[in-house]
Amino acid sequence: MLKISLDKLDKLFEAITASKTLYIPVDREDGAAEYRKYKSGMKLSNALNTVRSAKDFFFPQTENLVDFKMDGKNIEVIDIRKESEDFVIFGVRACDARSFTILDKVFLAEPVDSYYKNRREHGTVVTMACTRPAETCFCGTFGIDATSPEGDAACYSDGENLFIEAHNEKGQKFIDSISALLEDGDTAKLEETRSKTREILKKLPLANLSTDSFGGDKLNEYFNSDKWGELSESCLGCGTCTFVCPTCQCYDIKDFNTGHGIKRFRCWDSCMYSDFTKMAHGNPRLTQLERFRQRFMHKLVYFPANNNGEFGCVGCGRCLSKCPISMNIVKVMKALEVK
Amino acid sequence: MQEAMINKAKQLLSEGVVNRVIGWKRGEFAYDITPAVFENAEEIEKSFVYDDFTAANVSKYLVKESKKDGKILAFLKPCDTYSFNQLIKEHRIIRENVYIVGIPGGPKLDAEKIKAKGITGILGVKNENYTLKIDTIYGEETMPFYEAVLDKCASCKSKKHVIYDELIGEDGDTLDSNRFDMVEKLENMTAQERYDFWRSQLSKCIRCNACRNVCPACTCEKCVFDNPDSGIENKAPSDSFEENMFHIIRAFHVAGRCTDCGECSRVCPQNIPLHLLNRKFIKDINTFYGEFQAGEDITSLAPLNEFKQNDCEANIIHERGVE
Amino acid sequence: MQVNENKEFQPLIVAFCCNWCSYAGADLAGTNRLNYPDNIKIIRVPCSCRVNPMFILRAFQRGADGVILCGCHPGDCHYTSGNYFTRRRMTLLFSMLDFLGIERNRTRVEWVSAAEGAKFAATMNEFTEAVKKLGPNRRLEDLRCRKQ
Repeated sequence: MLKISLDKLDKLFEAITASKTLYIPVDREDGAAEYRKYKSGMKLSNALNTVRSAKDFFFPQTENLVDFKMDGKNIEVIDIRKESEDFVIFGVRACDARSFTILDKVFLAEPVDSYYKNRREHGTVVTMACTRPAETCFCGTFGIDATSPEGDAACYSDGENLFIEAHNEKGQKFIDSISALLEDGDTAKLEETRSKTREILKKLPLANLSTDSFGGDKLNEYFNSDKWGELSESCLGCGTCTFVCPTCQCYDIKDFNTGHGIKRFRCWDSCMYSDFTKMAHGNPRLTQLERFRQRFMHKLVYFPANNNGEFGCVGCGRCLSKCPISMNIVKVMKALEVK
Repeated sequence: MQEAMINKAKQLLSEGVVNRVIGWKRGEFAYDITPAVFENAEEIEKSFVYDDFTAANVSKYLVKESKKDGKILAFLKPCDTYSFNQLIKEHRIIRENVYIVGIPGGPKLDAEKIKAKGITGILGVKNENYTLKIDTIYGEETMPFYEAVLDKCASCKSKKHVIYDELIGEDGDTLDSNRFDMVEKLENMTAQERYDFWRSQLSKCIRCNACRNVCPACTCEKCVFDNPDSGIENKAPSDSFEENMFHIIRAFHVAGRCTDCGECSRVCPQNIPLHLLNRKFIKDINTFYGEFQAGEDITSLAPLNEFKQNDCEANIIHERGVE
Repeated sequence: MQVNENKEFQPLIVAFCCNWCSYAGADLAGTNRLNYPDNIKIIRVPCSCRVNPMFILRAFQRGADGVILCGCHPGDCHYTSGNYFTRRRMTLLFSMLDFLGIERNRTRVEWVSAAEGAKFAATMNEFTEAVKKLGPNRRLEDLRCRKQ
């Protein structure tokens, strides 16, 4: 496999930025990590996860869709779409990489979301295999191997060298663009690191969590479960879980009156909010119990029902560490599952 | 302490003084604790927990819980009693339906601070003589207890319970806290530095509303930011203006009512020091209108609900401090 | 009113004036032919206390470079005590804006009675000059509202 020494990462990043915009996870002052546009001198974060997931690059929290200009009784519709620039997201974890597959099912299905598609086509996802999974990780539950991440190209570290391999044409192009820096390397030590990580993955506290009890055919079993009341009673109704989630894809479309025109934009919505899916007749989910249930039913039942059994969760563990009251999908699955 | 609380809860349940107990429920890990209502002794025995991670303030839940049938037992830490008192003052809680047992408070721990040290795979956390022994998948790690303490506890204002029916342990006193240090530090910066500081903080906001929803002073039935008819409702900060606006209005709306419980900063997924905005208001109120602690009593008027004829003029702001 | 034709920066200033004193004061300035800049856009409110912090922020969002709030002198409020509450609210709000690093001289409260046409004109002249010096509002503007 091709490799580059970890000391030479900045050279690698410089080489990528020569032709494309590069985003890497970096450590913030407060100890959390976030993706930033690469500038010379930035250090790649070792953190397992960024607070905001990598979905921002394809499905940003807010984006303008179209502008309107009013002139008397005439309305001019201004298409503000433009071709996205080529960019690379480096260091995406296996869980986030899988989330793109899930988002693709939503946004690339007919009718295709052209805003999303445009970014997806111009973005190259370079993933990074995990070596130090956390207690909150449960990607294995959804059949994700943290030591073999998906993505256009994948990187693996053995502590000294970074190995890189392409998964598709886009990934190969990416590797070709930096091939001057790469050399052939022996993967013996890497294989050792990976098998060690696999052992750790097996020992994680959530390693035994199973999706066997869930799926598209379980609607009636869970929708009327009496457990929802207890599970949702302490929910604050904030949107933290949905906004840090790499697979949550609900959005709202709104108009903003600028005083001299209208900007139609979309922004992430959260099923935890009281005005989620509000329609002319009012809101279909009046209580927090119903809204809370919606989130988990969507991930564990509705999504698989519509997508050949694929679940709407990738086990990244963000909601586990970020929920203000620590109520999360794992607790819900454990409470509902039929043993 | 946990043992004493469990016994007290079971006793009050069996005597029929209360029919429910609000407390904290054990999670999957050492730190993921959820506020919960317990209805019987078995549930309490099984999952009631009170330890270094039970930081959540349960006062706000009592707005809803006190309106249900029967009396509920609430274990309140000193800081929680201030929030509780403030809610009584605002007629949000039915006092008769709550039986309060005052319990000693923090300092409580912040799992995020442990993780920020690079400690991961946390299986258990033990406090041995103010050194944390952290059992992880990757072996045992240690760190000083005080480096993992929540910000809100690091600048604790009071160990005193301002309201209770009964106490477990002894009552403490209000503390001479250093809570305004950071506000002062910011005040002494130049306007440009302050602007840069707040831009770097508020631009992290994802508008999850956790700060608002957890706040015991935010109990409007329909928040202006959730009301599509208000003209300022929004689900995302679409512009830097909206980030500023949301946080100014959020803090302003609780000015004079905020007890400085620090929950806003505790729950922020982006670690924005939101309590500094609230503390700025508290500090200004103290300076301009005399010392005031929201939640200390249930009779005094909030500073923004009263006035004095000789109050300072608003333009005083333009003349003091660093520009 | 005078019309500015030179190309120097012309700030947009919103003045909230209470119906009973300050708006009448502005009126008096007009009938007395006292000059004050056309940068000032007056919004009449029933009482200075009607102005909540959102009004001030909204003005800045929509392109104001300065916001001034005028009401009856303390003790003269048509509704007895409205302006006393205004005073406390605006003190705290201005202090918060200052704390966030937004130029504090973009905001002001002045008490102008119905008889003080001259004070109104002088205040507006002075405030406009102060805001002019600061330049356009960039720290509390909504980029979406900026006219291209």
